[in-house]
Formats: sequence, C-alpha cells, structure tokens
Amino acid sequence: MKLSDSRVIAAPRDEVWAALLSADVLKECVPGCQEMTGSPEEGFEAVVVQKVGPVKATFKGQVTLSEMVEPERLHLSGEGKGGAAGFAKGGADVSLEEVPEGTKLSYDVEAKVGGKLAQLGSRIIDGFAKKMADQFFERFQTAVEGPGDEDSAEADTAEAEDAEGEGKKKGWLKRAFSS
Amino acid sequence: MPKDGGIGASSKRREDVRFLTGAGNYTDDINVNGQTYAWFIRSDVAHGKINSIDTSAAQAMDGVLKVFTAADFESAGGIPCGWQVTDRHGQPMQEPKHPILAEGKVRHVGDPIACVVAETLEQARDAAEAVEIDIEELEPVLDMKAALAEDAPKVHDELTSNLCYDWGFVEENKEAVDEAIKNAAHVVTLELTNNRLVANPMEPRVAVADYSRARDEYTLYTTSQNPHVIRLLMGAFVLSIPEHKLRVVAPDVGGGFGSKIYHYAEEAFVTHASKVVNRPVKWTSTRSEAFISDAHGRDHKTKIELALDENHMFTAVRTDTYANMGAYLSTFAPSIPTWLHGTLMAGNYKTPVIYVNVKAVFTNTTPVDAYRGAGRPEATYQLERVIDKAARELGVDPAELRRKNFIKPEEFPYDTPVAVTYDTGNYHATLDKALEMTDYAGFEKRAEESKARGKLRGYGLAHFIEACGIAPSNLVGQLGARAGLYESATVRVNATGGITVMTGSHSHGQGHETSFAQVVADMIGIDEGMIEIEHGDTANTPMGMGTYGSRSIAVGGSAMVRATEKIINKAKKIAAHLMEASESDIELKDGQFSVAGTDKSVAWGDVTLAAYVPHNYPLEEIEPGLEETAFYDPSNFTYPSGAYVCEVEVDPETGKVEVLGFTAADDFGNVVNPMIVEGQVHGGVAQGIGQALMENCAYDENGQLISASYMDYTMPRADDMPMFDVDHSCQTPCTHNPLGVKGCGEAGAIGSPPAVVNAVIDALHRGGYTNVEHIDMPVTPARVWAAMNS
Repeated sequence: MKLSDSRVIAAPRDEVWAALLSADVLKECVPGCQEMTGSPEEGFEAVVVQKVGPVKATFKGQVTLSEMVEPERLHLSGEGKGGAAGFAKGGADVSLEEVPEGTKLSYDVEAKVGGKLAQLGSRIIDGFAKKMADQFFERFQTAVEGPGDEDSAEADTAEAEDAEGEGKKKGWLKRAFSS
Repeated sequence: MPKDGGIGASSKRREDVRFLTGAGNYTDDINVNGQTYAWFIRSDVAHGKINSIDTSAAQAMDGVLKVFTAADFESAGGIPCGWQVTDRHGQPMQEPKHPILAEGKVRHVGDPIACVVAETLEQARDAAEAVEIDIEELEPVLDMKAALAEDAPKVHDELTSNLCYDWGFVEENKEAVDEAIKNAAHVVTLELTNNRLVANPMEPRVAVADYSRARDEYTLYTTSQNPHVIRLLMGAFVLSIPEHKLRVVAPDVGGGFGSKIYHYAEEAFVTHASKVVNRPVKWTSTRSEAFISDAHGRDHKTKIELALDENHMFTAVRTDTYANMGAYLSTFAPSIPTWLHGTLMAGNYKTPVIYVNVKAVFTNTTPVDAYRGAGRPEATYQLERVIDKAARELGVDPAELRRKNFIKPEEFPYDTPVAVTYDTGNYHATLDKALEMTDYAGFEKRAEESKARGKLRGYGLAHFIEACGIAPSNLVGQLGARAGLYESATVRVNATGGITVMTGSHSHGQGHETSFAQVVADMIGIDEGMIEIEHGDTANTPMGMGTYGSRSIAVGGSAMVRATEKIINKAKKIAAHLMEASESDIELKDGQFSVAGTDKSVAWGDVTLAAYVPHNYPLEEIEPGLEETAFYDPSNFTYPSGAYVCEVEVDPETGKVEVLGFTAADDFGNVVNPMIVEGQVHGGVAQGIGQALMENCAYDENGQLISASYMDYTMPRADDMPMFDVDHSCQTPCTHNPLGVKGCGEAGAIGSPPAVVNAVIDALHRGGYTNVEHIDMPVTPARVWAAMNS
C-alpha cells in the first residue's frame, strides 16, 4: 500500500522541522496514540490503540528517524505489533520545502499489515491508511499552526480522539513556552 | 414406479433428523471432564527466521498449564506425507520436514509457532498475547515460476530448490506427442489458471485429546474424514503410539470436501499435550484460523495444447502445469496434480498420445491438497476449455466436435494412453440426454430473446470423466501411495434380527446411514429400520480408509456387501439345520428362508435367534453368533461420466454473469438412493459454480492471505444458483464391484466449472466480443468487463 500527498503549513520550515522531531507533537498527532516517548536520536516508543474494520488492538512499537537532512527531509519508519491482531509496519519519506505561504510538507508513505489485520481488513486497509495519514497531517498542521480563527474542524474522527479538549489546542511552540 | 425401500428407493435421510434438530454430536460438542484449552500462536508473516521465543511471562499467567514450543516436540516426528511421487528422472520428490510447531523458521501465514494450554480458553488467549516472539522477516516466495528461479529464496533451506518434483507422464510418449503436435493440421493452445480455493466446511476443525495415565491410552476426538488414517499416521509416524493404545473418534462431522482428510499438526499437538499436562486438551479452530490453516485446494497454472488432424480428430494433448504445494506437503498433496490429474487427461476422448508435465512447487503459502474432485477438475477444466476453443477456431459445433472424438460405447473396456482402463461408459448417451434436456436446438431463439433485453446469452457444454472409487491398493502402491485403499465392514446381526453395520467409510454429509442401510435391507429383504450404520470410531470399526475420492458406496459399500453375503451364507446353513433341509435348497426372499419347492420356511428373526441361543444348532459344523467382517479391495477405479450444460446471461454493461440454468446428465452406474445422488450433484455443481464465478483465495505481495474472511472470500449462496436439472438415467453399471455403482460425490464439482466458463465465453462471442478467448476463474463481473473492454 502506497500513498503520497502534500500540504502547506503556515509556519516557517525550521519550526515544522522541530515539530516533526518532537515526541509530544507526535503523540498529539498520531491518531489513537496513548504513549510516545523517546527522542529523534534514540527513536520513539509508541503505544497506539486503533480499530481497523472489525479488529481493535493495542499496537506497541518503535518509530525510528533516519536519513535526516535538516531541515529538508527525513525518513520515518515504524513497526507496531498488535498481538493476535497482527502487525502494521511502514515508512514515510517526508520533505519540507519553503513556499510563500510557509512550508510545503510532502510525504510518500508505504505501509503493510499482517496477520488478522490483513485477513480481515484487506479491503478497507487502503482507505484506513489514507485516513490515518490525513488525520496525522491534519493534526500536525493544527499543532504547528495553532487553531485558526474559525473552529478548526477535525477530520472525520470519531474513534481515536485525544483526551484533550480540541478547542484548547495552541500551537505547540507557544504552548511549550507558556507552560 | 419408484421403490419404497431398498436399492433404488429415495429413502429419506435418517441422519437429518438429528442434524436438522440440533441433536448432532460434533467434536466441539464433546467435553471431557477436566478439559483444558489450547490456543495456537501462528505466524503473521509469510516467511521468517525465529530469533527467539520468550514464554516466561505467559507461563506465569493465571490458569496457564504450559506454553509449548518446538522444543517440546523434539522426540516427535514430523507430520508425514502419505504419497511419494517419483520425478521424470526416477528421483523421489523433495520431502521437507513438517514440524508440529515451527522449528527455526516460519513458512506461511498461519504456521503454528507456539501453543498455550490453559484452564479456560480466555486464559489461553490472554497468555498467548504475552508470548514474546522475535521473528526476522525474510523475503517470501509466492509466485510458482519465480520460486523456481536460480536466486529465489528457499522455503526450506535444507532442500536444493523450491521444486518438489518435475513429473512427466507418460514419459515414453513425450517424443510421439511432440511429433504429433508438430505435424498436426491444427494446434489449439490455451493458458489458464485453476484458482486456489478454501474448502470452508460449515464445521471448522476441532480436536480433543484425552490421555489416561492409568491405562496409558490416548483417545483423540477429531473432525476427520478418515479416523483410521489419522490413527495410523499420527501413531506410527509422529508420536510413536501403537494402535492398540490410541483410539481415534470422528463423530458427526459437518462437511469436509477433502479438507478433513489430512493429518494436521493440531491433532498431534493436543494428543501429545494431553499426556504432558495430564489433562484432556481441546482445540477448536476459529473461522479465521481455518482460512490460514486448513489445506487449500487447486492452484494450478497450466498451458494445454490440443492437436487435431484435418478431420478434426484429436491426435495429441500436451500439458504443462505448475502446481502449488504451499509451504509443506500435506498428506496427499503430491498425488493430486500427478496420478489424480495426469491419468484423466484422455477425458472421454480417443486421443492416441498424451504427455503431461507437472512441476510441483513449494511457496510461502498454506499447504494445498485435495479439494472435492482433486486433480480431476483440473484435468477436466483444461481439456474441456481447450476443446471449446478448438470448436470455435475451427468453426464447428462444440457438441459435434466432442461427439466425433468420443470413445464409442462398443469400445469398452478402453485402455487410455494415460494408464487407466475405463470399464464402461456411454458418452454419446449422456451428451444426447443433456442436449435434449436443455433444448439445444431452441437455444438461438432464447439468445434472440435475451438480446432483445440487452443481455448476452451463452450456452456452455462440458463432458467429464473421473476416476473414483479409489482405489486398487496394489496399483496405488506402485504409484507411490504409502497406504492401501481398500475398505472394511463388520456386519453384526443381533439376536432378535436387528443389524449393526460398522463401516470404515466415514459420513460427513453423504448420507451413508441411509443409503448403506438400504443396501443391506435389500440383500436380506428386511426393513431398513432394522439396520443401523456406525462409523467413525477406531475402537469398534475394523481398519478402514475413510471417505474421499467418491469411494464410499463403490468401495465401502462393496465391503459391506461382501460381509452381508457371508452373513447370508451362514444364516442359510442355520436355516437349513432348522428346517432339516439341504443348505443348497435354501432361498432367502423378503426376510424369509424357505426350502425350494416346499412350503417350509423360517423367518430371519428365527435364524438370528438360533445363532445366539444355539439350543437347536449345528454346533459341530458352525460357530454360534452371526457377525462377519469383510475387506474389499477394488480391482479398478470406477469411471462416472456426464454431460453438463450451463446457460448464462451476461450483462454487457456490468459484466455480471447470471446462471440461468444448469443441467447435469450423469452416468453413475447403478444408483442406490436417487434423492441422495441428486443432492450430491446439486452440492457439487454449486461448489463448481462457486469456483467458476466467485471463490478465490488471494495472497498479497507479502504473502498475507487477504481473502481470509467471508467479507472477501465469496461463498456461493442459494440465490446465486439456478434450479438444477439433474438426470442419472443413462446407466452403464460398473463391471467390477458387486453393486455396479460408480460414485457421485465429486462429479458436480468436476464437470461444472468448464461448463460455466464455456457459457460465458460463448455469450461474449455471440455479443461480438470475439477477441475474448479466455477469462480465468473466478469469472467475476470485473474480469468480464475488463475482457470486454480490452
């Protein structure tokens, strides 16, 4: 399964870059993320609860960053094991480009699933992966930019909401400095 | 005038009373006191190296008795393969070890790695989550041709390649076939795939093992089509348990279709584990596990060439097939693409020379073995498809092309060039019958009517032959079978005349309890209700080989006839004594023994009572009691055949195929219970239509089985089926078994796929899509639409 897309984030490139390397931001942006610890150098440990079609599972896994060319591009790879539900693994090439509106973030994602996830979810896995990627980058954009004036409509997520209230989100940098 | 009892009567299936009222006793209904539960941890990657397995956390969890890994089976043998195929060069096939739990490597998604045995199923499942397994993923081998490349990763590191065998048949004919094709007036070529299928019996597999330490005896309850075969394979080759210490029971079994023939690792696991934990152990497959651990069926890729002379007579057939074995050799896997396939490539035709090449290949997929028809559908499909293509290319009527090449009724027994002798048949009769039943002459008018509604109507014909009633033991032994293929029966007459028959055949939907009783009732002339058929328990049944290959009535029924004949002979001796007459004058009719030419008679019950209360009895000549056992080994296969016609309508807008009608004109020889035979044909045809139009077992590029649930694996439903029109009035009885029967269990699944696909291609050609030569099964709307728009 492969997908690629891009979106423009209204923030300077180095700010976007720093956000990509933050465990806190990643935790906030990965749909269903319960825990995210670690650092860009050591890699991150994550716990994610997700429901793919009929299969709901807790995935425990690692995310590593490589091929880092600050602040232009990096490669993210991760593998999550969901016990009886199977596994999901994948990688993403993310690149950042300065554009007049801020930073254009482009990504190429390649993902694969195994075990029960593949058995039961094959028909919906492409749509699911796209939704996950959309959600992630949507949240990432919100996290970096801060909420706009209008009520930022979250993507069509019902099942994997953060515990935090939505409207209270600030840009991560601002929040980091004000806490 | 339909009979109301005995052979030829449509007696109602007595077993259905319990099946339809929820009173069946299936393996999962069996719960043994003190039972524990097994939960297997299976590979979720297709190919990988096991770096480590840490069971310590799981072992410490509540209710866990033991977490097993391969290390616990060091003393056990691998799961054996029951058939050895010798390749073109006289070498034995490559036969890798098939461990009970994965040793060092996992080789397909679903390969069992470890198993938790716990007090409850929930505890076993929870503990399974705590078993830490580190697997380093390896590149999987999935495509059969790619698997044979020099640099392909190997499924089994200890083998020289992924090639199991390269089989040629008949090797001595190879040059003659090449020559005939070179010199032929016409050569018609077709490349096709016989799609991979999952059997999907209604009841998933279950195994319950109960070891008695006090008696040092094992009992295994299992969903099997052949409990004696399991006892032999598991006892002798895997766990070293002598047969007298191992009882295998296959009670009511909810469908098999081949997938419950084989000895599976889970059976050996629970049997061994029951001794280790000293408690009964139960395993019940989930449907998800069934998809990845039940042996799959078919999965052949074939190129077939048919050579014809200027008069359209077949002069040679050459086929080149790749057959997927999956990751390990399942019990009978090597025999399916070879002896059950190559020997049928003559079909119903007088093709003088035939050469079949089969390369069997290991891949990182679930093992593949027999599935209803087993090899014979693969042979029939390619042959009947290429004949249809030939008729189209030559511009001749497909029925006429077949008819002129048929073996003629007066030419039986007929020796084919592929090593079998057809004893009887009348293919002209079944073809004529099918054409008449389907109003072949009126088809053009129906096609016009469809066209007026914007639909494309097609008429598909296929003729088939199968070799079933397997099989002569001495013959299959020469061909590599590691077992005999006789059948057994014990007929136990009780003192008051009722009879219990213990048969080595196994019923898992076939209706033996009804049809076998009809045979014995007919022979003695008593009511069917006086006869009970028992099967499936090695403790009370003589060594039998079980049910597959449409063999039950032909082989098992014949053993029962032989045993009943012994009973009748002995009963006549007793009757002669009772009536003070000569044994040679005794006649048995309608349950009465009489002395020929007199009015003296004694009833069946008088004789049976005398046998067990031998006060007035020839004790100096014969023993008391009335119980006989017979073993029957057939001298040949049986050769049912038939003509099948499918009529379809294709919607050119969507590519959807609707089956409008399906007609089967079969020759099964004599028929014991017409209703059961018709039901078998209905079921077989439904499975064949399922294969042709819907079912497909699909792996993704990583070796994940992505059609592993009913969301994605399309099972046929009642509303996908037309009303079937079934006939079995063309009867050429088998000449070598006492009932003259041929077997009917697989026919429907053998003859129907080519009839369906031929009908679809016919419809497309009539609609002007003349560039569509073939569409691979399943012929889904997407494939039809793509073919029409290519």
